Amino acid sequence: MPETLLQLHALTKKYGSLTAVNELSLRLEKGKVYGLLGPNGSGKSTTLGMVLNVVNPSSGSFEWYGGTKTTHQALKHIGAIIERPNFYPYLTAFQNLKLICQIKQCSAAHIQEQLELVGLWARKDSKFSTYSLGMKQRLAIAAALVNQPELLILDEHTNGLDPEGIHQIRALITSIAARGTSILLASHLLDEVEKVCTDVIVLKNGNKYYEGSVDGLNPSFGYFEIAAQSESSLVTFLEQHTSIGEISKKKECFHVLLTEELSAEQFSQQLQEAGLLLTHFVKKQPSLEDQFLLLTQSEKHATTAH
Amino acid sequence: MRLLRIELYKLWHHRISKILIFGYFILIFSIAILSTLKVEWGPIKFHLADQGIFNFPYIWHFNTFMIALLKIFFAIIIVAMIGNEYSYKTLKQNLIDGLSKAEFLRSKVYAILAFVLLSTFLVFAISLLLGGLYSDYTELSIVFSDLEYLLAYAVKLFGFFTFCLFLSLLIKRSAFALGFLVLWQVFEGIVFGLMKWKLSDWIPALSAEQVFQFFPLNAMGNIIKEPFSRLSAIKNIADQIGEGLDKDYSVSFFSLIIVLLWSVLFIAASYRLLKQRDL
Repeated sequence: MPETLLQLHALTKKYGSLTAVNELSLRLEKGKVYGLLGPNGSGKSTTLGMVLNVVNPSSGSFEWYGGTKTTHQALKHIGAIIERPNFYPYLTAFQNLKLICQIKQCSAAHIQEQLELVGLWARKDSKFSTYSLGMKQRLAIAAALVNQPELLILDEHTNGLDPEGIHQIRALITSIAARGTSILLASHLLDEVEKVCTDVIVLKNGNKYYEGSVDGLNPSFGYFEIAAQSESSLVTFLEQHTSIGEISKKKECFHVLLTEELSAEQFSQQLQEAGLLLTHFVKKQPSLEDQFLLLTQSEKHATTAH
Repeated sequence: MRLLRIELYKLWHHRISKILIFGYFILIFSIAILSTLKVEWGPIKFHLADQGIFNFPYIWHFNTFMIALLKIFFAIIIVAMIGNEYSYKTLKQNLIDGLSKAEFLRSKVYAILAFVLLSTFLVFAISLLLGGLYSDYTELSIVFSDLEYLLAYAVKLFGFFTFCLFLSLLIKRSAFALGFLVLWQVFEGIVFGLMKWKLSDWIPALSAEQVFQFFPLNAMGNIIKEPFSRLSAIKNIADQIGEGLDKDYSVSFFSLIIVLLWSVLFIAASYRLLKQRDL
């Protein structure tokens, strides 16, 4: 079994009558890239705040490294970027990183390497207050990596960045993941999570809706987009078909959701045999976004999918 | 030591803090130098040193009292250093980076202690120097008597600074914390006035002064009494008008203990605040 980095036991945070995080239990393993997915206000940041020692849990508990390290000792081996970058504005980039090395009790030897990685080495002696937002974000990444962390935690790290900046940072994260660093990425942007994560945890209103691999997010057989010359006979045919669930009309074609495995060859042959002339025929896998909406819209939620 | 280094790194690179710290020490020196000057302005000839303020052991009393007035400089720095941690959100970042809440508080307390020790040492050095130059008595036994004023000075400063630490953690905004400090001083005064007026009616056995000595700022003030009326010159005048001064000028060890208790309380309360608050 892979080494456990972080384990949550029924972690709960209440703000007055509002339950921000409700009995959340999780296990993060070393070497994986996790996505913490949920709409705004779903409890992602509160969850991260609790494991990062800045928010006190109302009940429940969590442990780093299987309880072998206290939270603040464990955090010295973690890199975290929360919402927006927080640095001392009167210190230069280099001084800020040096201070962080003192706090994390790590060697200052990697400062140059990290500043070069994020393209800020040339500006190392500029005060943080003179940096643009993109530069501040990049410095935050350098700061999170300066201790060669075993786990990198990113919370809505692309907020407020321009497309180029988002692209740069995404490439950076992919390369960090390739080095074997575990990553926990909190985001409400689905394509973000889809592109870099292997595992996903879905939160909504503080409840866990799903935990597992990205592919297994929703056991789906995909759907067909179909259009035919004779709409009425197509609908009659579809309604009688046993492998087909929901049928909805979008623009000029029908979206046909499958309830069991049905290949495109099989289905097109069946349609041909029924004498239907098709004008449009595509098989698609639902995007993470569709699955996500499906998952969070359903009233009942499964605590764990596997 | 690591915690102190972290805190000093933060302070050292902050321009205003640096100016205030330097300003504080320069002011101590310049006051010392100024007071040695002979003022000759027309018919007025005035030389502070001739007034006997630099006589051992009186100088310990005089200097510790006067220089303690400058403590507000460092109070501003303390309040600003906490206020900044909140406004820059670097307190949150420090915790995320792996500093525990206890370590954060300890780094601040260590910085205060370091400053108190340095300041006390300076007062000691300057007093020794000025006394050596101007004192009428230079016998070692007299020079090194009444040194408890230095201890009193250190405790007085430490008590005041821990109060500032607690206030700024409580209020988070530096300007408001300083405002609250002034307000508290006024509050103590008003409560004292009210007690003097009414307390003996309610509880005859208790005098206002007995209760008032437990108030934090008043207790800090009580440790070292004002030294002016002790000056021989003034004493003589009082004698002439038949009003013997028999005030006790020694360090009040009872007040000293009260202030130390307050300090412990302030630090404990600060820790509780840090521990309970979500950031």
